[in-house]
Amino acid sequence: MGKFIMPSLGSQMIEAKLIQWHVKPGDTVKKGDIIGEIDTEKGLIDIEVFEDGVISKLVAKEGEVIPVGSVMAVINGEGKTEKVTAKPAETPKESAKNVPGNGKQKVASKKQVAKSKEVPLHRIKASPLARRVTEDLGVDISKVKSSGKTGTIHRKDVEAYVQQQTADETFEKELDMAEHISKAEGKSMRQSIAAAMSQSNKEIPHYYLEIEIDMKAALDWLSNENQNRSVQERLLPPMMLIKAVANALTEVPQLNGFWTDETMHIEEGIHVGFAIALRQGGLVIPAILNADLKSLDEIRGDFVNMVSRAREGHLRSREISSATITITSLGERGAEKVYGVIYPPQVALIGLGKITDRPRAVDGSIGIRPTLSVVLAGDHRATDGHTGSRFLEKLNNQLQHPESL
Amino acid sequence: MTQVAKQTMTYRQAIREAMREAMLKDDRVFLMGEDVGRYGGCFNVSEGMLEEFGNERIIDTPLSESGFTGCGIGAAVTGMRPIIEIMTINFSLLAADQIINTAAILQYMSGGQFTVPIVIRMATGGGKQLAAQHSRSLEGWYAHIPGLKILTPATIEDARGMLWPALEDPDPVLIFENSTLYNSEGPLSGNGQVVDIEKAKIHREGADVTILTYGIGLQKSLKAAEELANQGIEAEVIDLRVLRPLDNETIFTSVTKTGRAAIVDEGWKSGGISAEISARITEELFYDLDDPVERICGMEVPAPYARHLEQASLPQPEQIVETIKKMGGLHG
Amino acid sequence: MNPHHAKKSIIMATKEKTTTVKKKTSVDKDRGLHLLKQMMRIRQLEEKAYELYTQEKIRGFLHLYDGEEAVAVGVIENLQKKDSIIATYREHGHALIRGISMESIMAELYGKAEGCSGGRGGSMHLYDKATNFLGGSAIVGNGLPMAIGVAMANKYENKQAIACCFFGEGAVDEGEFHESLNLASLWNLPVLFVCENNLYSMGMPFELAEAETNLVRKAKSYDMEADSVDGMDIMAVLNASEKAIDYVRENNKPYFLECKTYRYRAHSMFDPERYRSKQEVQEWKKKDPITTFADYLKQENLLDKKELDKLTKQVNEEVDAAVEFAENGTDEPLEDITKYVYSDSNNEKS
Repeated sequence: MGKFIMPSLGSQMIEAKLIQWHVKPGDTVKKGDIIGEIDTEKGLIDIEVFEDGVISKLVAKEGEVIPVGSVMAVINGEGKTEKVTAKPAETPKESAKNVPGNGKQKVASKKQVAKSKEVPLHRIKASPLARRVTEDLGVDISKVKSSGKTGTIHRKDVEAYVQQQTADETFEKELDMAEHISKAEGKSMRQSIAAAMSQSNKEIPHYYLEIEIDMKAALDWLSNENQNRSVQERLLPPMMLIKAVANALTEVPQLNGFWTDETMHIEEGIHVGFAIALRQGGLVIPAILNADLKSLDEIRGDFVNMVSRAREGHLRSREISSATITITSLGERGAEKVYGVIYPPQVALIGLGKITDRPRAVDGSIGIRPTLSVVLAGDHRATDGHTGSRFLEKLNNQLQHPESL
Repeated sequence: MTQVAKQTMTYRQAIREAMREAMLKDDRVFLMGEDVGRYGGCFNVSEGMLEEFGNERIIDTPLSESGFTGCGIGAAVTGMRPIIEIMTINFSLLAADQIINTAAILQYMSGGQFTVPIVIRMATGGGKQLAAQHSRSLEGWYAHIPGLKILTPATIEDARGMLWPALEDPDPVLIFENSTLYNSEGPLSGNGQVVDIEKAKIHREGADVTILTYGIGLQKSLKAAEELANQGIEAEVIDLRVLRPLDNETIFTSVTKTGRAAIVDEGWKSGGISAEISARITEELFYDLDDPVERICGMEVPAPYARHLEQASLPQPEQIVETIKKMGGLHG
Repeated sequence: MNPHHAKKSIIMATKEKTTTVKKKTSVDKDRGLHLLKQMMRIRQLEEKAYELYTQEKIRGFLHLYDGEEAVAVGVIENLQKKDSIIATYREHGHALIRGISMESIMAELYGKAEGCSGGRGGSMHLYDKATNFLGGSAIVGNGLPMAIGVAMANKYENKQAIACCFFGEGAVDEGEFHESLNLASLWNLPVLFVCENNLYSMGMPFELAEAETNLVRKAKSYDMEADSVDGMDIMAVLNASEKAIDYVRENNKPYFLECKTYRYRAHSMFDPERYRSKQEVQEWKKKDPITTFADYLKQENLLDKKELDKLTKQVNEEVDAAVEFAENGTDEPLEDITKYVYSDSNNEKS
């Protein structure tokens, strides 16, 4: 049984009106016979049947508008009934696409419109390159002045700003932070840190030793102590660590000093450097001078003072350049272990991780203890693992007896 | 004192030598176009070749650009290696149906069955008071068409060396010779090395700004670069050499280095090859740009006859210098 | 090739041969049935294509050859393998008779990768390298310059091959026609120009388009040998084309052959044919090349109903098989879309 459908005569044809039938039910038709006439946008066109047979039913009515692909008549075929093209064309999908032009156009994605409104308007005119450089260097772009007539900030303006910044960082004219931080004029902080890091990595053969220190005793003592102190005066773990490190160094002085001219120069003064991240990005490492000789309270005082001045860029040159060893602590940031890179010409770096609760064997059973991972990075030219382990052991001891710090 | 004598030759001689060499090397190569034989070529490029190769291989055609270009295509499809010379790019519009509707798309349309290894040479460019119908630079227009390869030799070396690889290329290659260059002269070592037809070439290095150009623009850009250097600005000058496919790598590497680009193009600005290059640079290197991409192009006018008008309508070294100096991000 | 030798000297040098082939008025049974079947194959292919188009299996433009079968069959049957064919967008019949399988033509109409142009061309761009079938062009007149180029290369390489270029009478109005005839004659190129004059360039009637309606005279004005033949009569076309092809091949000179014919269907699918009357179509159908030839064969006792039914059945089976082949065809993978823009393997070059 064959179905006669409204033929498609072109991709733009959606539908047509049946003007008249030339046949009625019962008529015999042959392949190629014209059985009706349709009215399309291009004019009247004959429609022909593709098989022999007898018209059994006329479905479409004269005057009716019929979409392409719809059944118009049914033919009782004889002989060849099933056409090879048994599969119907993907008309459902296609006709969905060809839905009469009631303006079913894709509405501009609302998401896209919303997106453009979400982007904040940047009133500062700066070249993309300039913006990128400010991000890399941790510079606040709103502080950069344009040297051009149009007020646009270019790379050279950012570079000039950074240079200027490093120049007037301090109100004490003798300070020369720029000199410390950047060796060459105009070199950015990041670049010189990068340079130092690469140099360190390249030249210093690092070895790493790790110890997990049970901090329960230290922390218990700390909280006890702090109960009797005001907020400003309270003691914090970094302060304890500085003191503990300094004390340990008195017993293992080989880690305290500089590697220069192919030899180790052990320093008498123990000046513990502490790496401080700047809010804008970048790093400073002020030192607490003679930490071994200072009381915990004095260290506290120095530390607090140092951090605030570091963040404001008011450190003294001597404070920056004289660390004989450095502690870097990323515990606050969440790192559990820190494998640091030694700042030359120092020969050691102590990496402190986050104090986390860990299971430990305590008195023959498993307990949960606040544990601090300490990783010592050592310059293998100056010391070896033996020395390093001794140091860590001493450090541990110090922290197990916090009251003697 | 054994010094290899450096030959000097004109651009025109270089092309002639290239064609001669090709025809001596490969029997399938022949030259066809208006006045290429007895006239010696409208610009004298093929002088002497009819005598050397005979009229079977140097074919003078009637004024039938579409006819003889299509003929070249048919011959190429059937195994020959024709060099079609269309007198100027202005007349090529008469052959546009063959170039664009046949040569460029035959391979694609036939599902890869037929390739068109044809080379079409055309003179291009203005500046000689030949007025509006004889002065255009439409290389960028042709570079819009996928399926074509577009070459713009600007140096003696390229005039000499680009033809052979173009003939060897299985796809249609259009070679645009700026007619002002025909008389230019320069050294050529040895007997002309074969050059590639893929990469752009850095003619002058510099760290402050990248000048991208082709054809006659190269001379003008180098001149501008000299003047800029006197003012403390070091320009890197790049000859694009191939407008399709563009050598992205060389362009991007340079502009990343300098952070700023200026494109010099005798063609019109709107929708030209300068627009394409500018768009690419912005798409790829937005965050490396210290200044917007500048374009120094032909003015949006049909070529005027009067000398002062015509010269003003074409990019000149002074203009290039001016435009670059105004770039906000430069020192000095 | 000596394009610059004076034409006269060539004529003197190679005495123009007059054809010694006897005009065939009769044909043997095998040949007769073969010719009939070839025409029927074209007809059924076109009919099926029409039907499939209305069912949206075939898209784009579809230009059908119904009524013109005698021209394609009559000319191409006389060509040799080494010859080349350049045709137009109404080329299904030419492609089929040249030897491209109905399956691969149908698959091409469906846009499948198994099509003769890889699905890239569609109805208007059928190509086949193996049979030197150079398309398939949608720009009227566009194929003539390429045809003379093919002829030039053939002549240069002494292949004794000809380029056979089909086009409609509409092409006669395009500049490329005149350039090509002039060049072919001037340079003595072995091209056969076959003009299928079906009286309508889309909706433009022949009479209203030509200042000079005598196409033979037009061609002769290029100092070219030319003739005109009844394109509805297979035997006439066969004889005329044999004479023409021999001339071209032996003399290395072009020939223009006008075949007067008629297309029953519209220019393409979506065409209400306001430009001609239905009676006119019916009149021409009386001269239908297939039925008139079948009648002729019956008269000569070379064909009976049984044989005709057998041929019909064979042709229908071939058509059905072609449709099935196309229905089961595959789509070219999207990642290959930039393939063949250029010849290199990594094709995205811009």
